Amino acid sequence: MRLRSPLARVRHLGSAKDGTAHWWMQRVTALALVPLAVWFAAALVFHLGAGYEATQAWIGHPLTGGLLLVLIVATFYHGFLGLQVVIEDYVHHEGVKIAAILLVKFVSILLGLAAVLATLKIILSQ
Amino acid sequence: MSAENRPLSPHLQVYRPQLTSMLSILHRITGIALALGTLLLVYWLVALSLGPQAYAAAEGLIGSIFGRLLLFGWTMALFYHLCNGIRHLFWDAGFGFELTNAYRSGWAVLVASTILTVVSWVVGYGVMGG
Repeated sequence: MRLRSPLARVRHLGSAKDGTAHWWMQRVTALALVPLAVWFAAALVFHLGAGYEATQAWIGHPLTGGLLLVLIVATFYHGFLGLQVVIEDYVHHEGVKIAAILLVKFVSILLGLAAVLATLKIILSQ
Repeated sequence: MSAENRPLSPHLQVYRPQLTSMLSILHRITGIALALGTLLLVYWLVALSLGPQAYAAAEGLIGSIFGRLLLFGWTMALFYHLCNGIRHLFWDAGFGFELTNAYRSGWAVLVASTILTVVSWVVGYGVMGG
């Protein structure tokens, strides 16, 4: 006896409706963030109190700026995926849950975009 | 019983707190804290892109006692989430599930994140010249 519907078999996506994509991307972004976060935290420590000009030159360097852009995208993607799981686990009212997830998604995109644009502006001003 | 008020599992109050469960919830708490902490990073970057005046204001805020306290908490959260995240990635790959190893890696995460936090701040103050 088959309990699974033919449509579910065709789509391969299971009850979550997006398969393992969420879980997998959380791990992919985590893996990317391990070296990126270590690099940025370490480099930031050595630029403490360097002042406006030197900090602009550091962030505006194509290599720093490029790595920072990847770090920003991975950070906000990873952060959104994590916060979504937290909301899904603790908010049980369906409407509030969907609204909270959408709000976190919009804010993540907005903050990520602001960080990306600021970084691009610094790179291009050098 | 309606779907809205069904009892939910796990019933946390019946469990004795253990290192493993405490580290697990701490991973979530630090994750949320880091997500909030991105506000500081975005503010700093935007200020840097706006010019010397905006950057000086950001430096003043981050360099204040309150800013430093925030930054210290953020550093601790970052290194904890980073170390424990690596522990999770090993679990995802199928390693370290034995109970003794789960405890060993748990203590290792606590020690490593404490050392990384302290070293960053000692080096940071050294770079800034005290």
